[in-house]
Formats: sequence, C-alpha cells, structure tokens
Amino acid sequence: MAGLIGKKIGMTRIFTDEGRAVPVTVLQAGPCPVLQVKSGAPDGYRAVQIGFGGKKPKRTSKAELGHAAKAGLDAAPRLVREFEPDEGQEYVAGQELTVGIFDVGERVRVIGVTKGRGFQGVVKRHGFAGRPASHGHSMSRNPGSMGAGTDPSRVIKGKKLPGRMGGARRTIRNMEVVRVDSERNLLFVRGGVPGSRNSHVLIRR
Amino acid sequence: MADTLHQLDMEHARNDLPDFAPGDTIRVMYRVREGQKERIQVFEGVCLGRRGSGMGETFRVRKTSGGIGVERVFPVNAPTVGGVEVVRRGRVRRAKLYYLRNRRGKAARIKEKRTYRPK
Repeated sequence: MAGLIGKKIGMTRIFTDEGRAVPVTVLQAGPCPVLQVKSGAPDGYRAVQIGFGGKKPKRTSKAELGHAAKAGLDAAPRLVREFEPDEGQEYVAGQELTVGIFDVGERVRVIGVTKGRGFQGVVKRHGFAGRPASHGHSMSRNPGSMGAGTDPSRVIKGKKLPGRMGGARRTIRNMEVVRVDSERNLLFVRGGVPGSRNSHVLIRR
Repeated sequence: MADTLHQLDMEHARNDLPDFAPGDTIRVMYRVREGQKERIQVFEGVCLGRRGSGMGETFRVRKTSGGIGVERVFPVNAPTVGGVEVVRRGRVRRAKLYYLRNRRGKAARIKEKRTYRPK
C-alpha cells in the first residue's frame, strides 16, 4: 500500500536483547481514511487521497465537510494528501489505512519539513570552516572569496551564501521500521526525522 | 505529544532495580557474552552519580582495582545490566561525586548512612 500521514511524537531509545540501544523516532501514523480514489478520468491521473486527524467544525468549510461526508466521516480531516496507488491493490473511499500496512524490519521513507532556522551564515548553513580562532587570526565566520576576478567578472550561479535555512521539505530514505504498535497507531523508525515534535510527516514505502 | 513519549518510556523502563543513590556502594551484575556463552561479571564500587531520565538514564560506578581507579557507566534500562545490589548506603551531600577521583585511601571514604528502621 501507498503510505500514511502521521505526526512526529519525539525520540527515545529501545534496547535490543543484546543490550544495544537503538535510537528511534516515535511517529503517530494514521489512522488515515481514504477520502477519494482517483482513477483516470476526470482527474487525469491515478491517486489515493487520504486524510489525517480532525478539524474543528468552526474551521471547516462546507466543501471540506461535504468531501469528507462522501467517505462517511463526520469531521473533515486536518490534513489531506495523495499517494500513488500500488498495482493490484483495491482502494475504496471510506476505507481506513493504519500502521498495520507496515512490517517490522521494513524500509520506509519519511518526509517532513525541517525546523526553520531563519537567516543563517555560511558556516552553519553550508558547513564552511570559517577562520581559525587562534594563530594570529581575527575571528571570522565570513564566506571569504566570491570566486575568480576579472574573468569571469561575475559570481557563479549557485554560489553558497548566507540565507534562509530550514523549513524545507526533506525525505529520509531507507528508514528501518523497528516496532509497530497497532493499538496506539504508533510507528517506531530508527534514527531522526525532519521537523519538530508534533509536526506532520508522510510515511511511504 | 511529549506525554505519549513519557508514557512509552514509563512502560519500558525497568523497576526491578533497588533504589540506589550517589554515594552508595553497589554491585552491578553485568551480562557478558563470550561467543555462545553468557556469564555474569560483577562490578562493585561506589556510585558516583546518575544522569539522564527515562530510557536514557545511566549511572556511573567507580572502584579501585590494584591501585588504579576504574569507572564504568551503565545504562539503567539495558537488559545487559542483570541486576544491582546495594552493599552499603553512603551519606553524601552532592549528586555527583567526581571529587572522589582526586582522593585515595582514607580521604576517599564515605560515611555510612544510618537510617532508623522500625522492626
């Protein structure tokens, strides 16, 4: 199956029987109701539309409510995303996708939005080395030379400079599923996931 | 939610270890794997302190072996820590006993904590 929408809960560790500590990120994944199945006409592409969470009635438009009602929901989901359907899998509007679709040991992709870091210099943003703190240097974290001089007499496009950092969509591939808790809809993946706690993530194969 | 995380940690955290605090002399039963066999190694010394919380909590034990100070850090929740025995309770006034590193012999002694236990 395609994937799930989830929420990052935080990080902790799990011990294996040999005593090895495994760093894990806990994600609350799903349950995600299928809102709509797009299968060619009139949308022009195939997709499974799923939702996550619930929106307050006060913040829901009638259009959203009506769309959710078609899948048999009383509240509109907070987040709606589409996934490419897997071949040979049948999806029906109103069906619910849960963490059960993932198995322990499986590799998944987790997509999230990284923490916004604001306007950052070149050392933090691009990993430049800066100047040494001693040996006769005045302290500096500046970007240094912009490039060659008279030829080409311009700065090459794509030059790494200070600017806004973070707040970008990032995919972590090959994350190992360490544990699946179907009762509480929790998914434990090995390693870190982009974004702060309570931020939304997408989990897919 | 941080609450869910805390709850998870509470579920997996062990509660079979006795209460021990910095200053206590403790005996740690550490499981060691040697090839196929597993045996228990005992590390006995003074607990210098505990740090961290939840699943990441660790404690530091110091002993003097052949005149050389040896310190080991054990994770509280690791299954390789088979058990902990409190040999002697110590009365100390700080949470981290790093000052013991600079002391040896008589100066490194810790007073025993005397607590009244009704019969």
